[in-house]
Amino acid sequence: MSTTTEAVPKKKLSPRRRAQRIRWVQYAILGLVVVVLALTVNWSEVQRNFFDVEDIKLTFTSGLGTAVKNTLVYTAGAFVIGLVLGTVLALMRLSSVGPYRWIATAWIEFFRGLPALLVLLAFGSLSIAFPGLIIPFDPYGTVWLGLGIVASAYMAETIRAGIQAVSKGQVEAARSLGMTAGIATRKIVLPQALRIVIPPLTNELILLIKDSSLVFILGISASGFELTKYGRDLGNQTAGLTPLTVAGLCYLFITLPLSILVRRMEARQKKER
Amino acid sequence: MTASSTRSGAPVVEVTDLHKSFGSNHVLQGLNTTIHQGEVVCVIGPSGSGKSTFLRCINLLEEPTSGSIKVGGDEVTDPDCDIDAIRRNMGMVFQQFNLFPHLSVLDNCTVAQTTVLKRSKSEAQAKARENLEKVGLSDKADAYPAQLSGGQQQRVAIARALSMDPQLMLFDEPTSALDPELVGDVLSVMRRLASEGMTMFVVTHEMAFAREVADRVIFMDGGNIVEEGAPSQVIGDPQEERTRVFLQRVLDPTHVDPGAEDAAYNKRHEHDTTGNGFTAPHDTHGHYGGGAFG
Repeated sequence: MSTTTEAVPKKKLSPRRRAQRIRWVQYAILGLVVVVLALTVNWSEVQRNFFDVEDIKLTFTSGLGTAVKNTLVYTAGAFVIGLVLGTVLALMRLSSVGPYRWIATAWIEFFRGLPALLVLLAFGSLSIAFPGLIIPFDPYGTVWLGLGIVASAYMAETIRAGIQAVSKGQVEAARSLGMTAGIATRKIVLPQALRIVIPPLTNELILLIKDSSLVFILGISASGFELTKYGRDLGNQTAGLTPLTVAGLCYLFITLPLSILVRRMEARQKKER
Repeated sequence: MTASSTRSGAPVVEVTDLHKSFGSNHVLQGLNTTIHQGEVVCVIGPSGSGKSTFLRCINLLEEPTSGSIKVGGDEVTDPDCDIDAIRRNMGMVFQQFNLFPHLSVLDNCTVAQTTVLKRSKSEAQAKARENLEKVGLSDKADAYPAQLSGGQQQRVAIARALSMDPQLMLFDEPTSALDPELVGDVLSVMRRLASEGMTMFVVTHEMAFAREVADRVIFMDGGNIVEEGAPSQVIGDPQEERTRVFLQRVLDPTHVDPGAEDAAYNKRHEHDTTGNGFTAPHDTHGHYGGGAFG
């Protein structure tokens, strides 16, 4: 730390002037990159491949609505399962009963350590492995379970952190009013913990929306296509990337508002503290 | 109201040979006392003397290591004892208020009534409003804790505890986290409670309050009860040297006691080194503060 003061050159440029000059150099480089790109890229080719007007029309009219709906349904179901299971697992991890803690820890480490794709594949093959086993609401049930269980592992850790962020004094106050541990958890700790974890859980939801694209690996009939599978299939037909581009924009249309929402909530929580 | 007349009340809490250790730290070293119906007992003493731990043992927020605590004849430390039922009869007021931030002031005062005492919502709200009135905050019923000052929060905390109709109120340094100008409101609420005959066990640094309101003062130091008796005796005419030194320091903070300064310095230093091995107090070169962390 002391060497930096020695290294200052004789010819003095004030630190602010120097920072200003460095900033200008960076602007110049960025501007140059933009100019070079604009001149070298074949824009008509880009337009034909990614934004073909006819293909956009085709994408909108061949069932984009169903694909969006399916993406949302897959995500919502998995989120609900993840949330319920995650809350139970979080409480188990914080339990005074040893076996609960072990089971929850094993579950969380197991499903966090596996690729979601593999878990989904496994659930998709369950009915082949165990003939007679029927997962209800197929194919939705399979997706909900597969993605939901993976999500539960992540959510459990988030919720556990939320519960632990509720100060010990809250439990003490609740217990000293004569509340049992159960009532104190339900009425005092969980409502506060859930409020704390709403922003990270919304991030979890965004991840799930994107993970719902993994459904493409399951052999699902066209009525069950979600956005990615839909865009890919249509892209194969039209021999272009436009349907996938449209599908991608649909994802952003859903996820960006959520991201903004999370940022707002985080800012508000910071203010409240 | 003299000490002798109020002490004729039935014993509410009987503490016998209470010990508490945190690891190797022997915080309470054999306490004995009895709190009688209608009595106001103030516990004073230097920080670290075990006063708060003593109070927290009474409603089992801390588990005693050994000894006996009887509340209304029930042995609190007995595993068969229904601690929730005992806590219901004991209000507790914390230094940090510990109001429930997600509930309105009114709901703070009703949540335990409806869930624990199974009172109807209207009954609970009537009781809550009555107690908010008592602490002078009936106009804040719909506010949330974060919208209140510290003094108001502490008064809500008192109303919340009173709404359970407790037989005994425990106060754990109720004014220590407050700005000086807010202390008076809380103390006057407590004074009024005392005059209404509430049994109170108060850990406090407010000597004037203890002297005025308490029927009995307990001075603790090093995990022991050093001296106890009427406030005029313990605060007015202390018999023990440790009590005298403590009171001198509290009542006249400008008084410099060289021995105490050293002890405080050593304690700070000890804390720093055990904390992170960072010996800032001894660092006379100043480059830690100026360079790496500046």
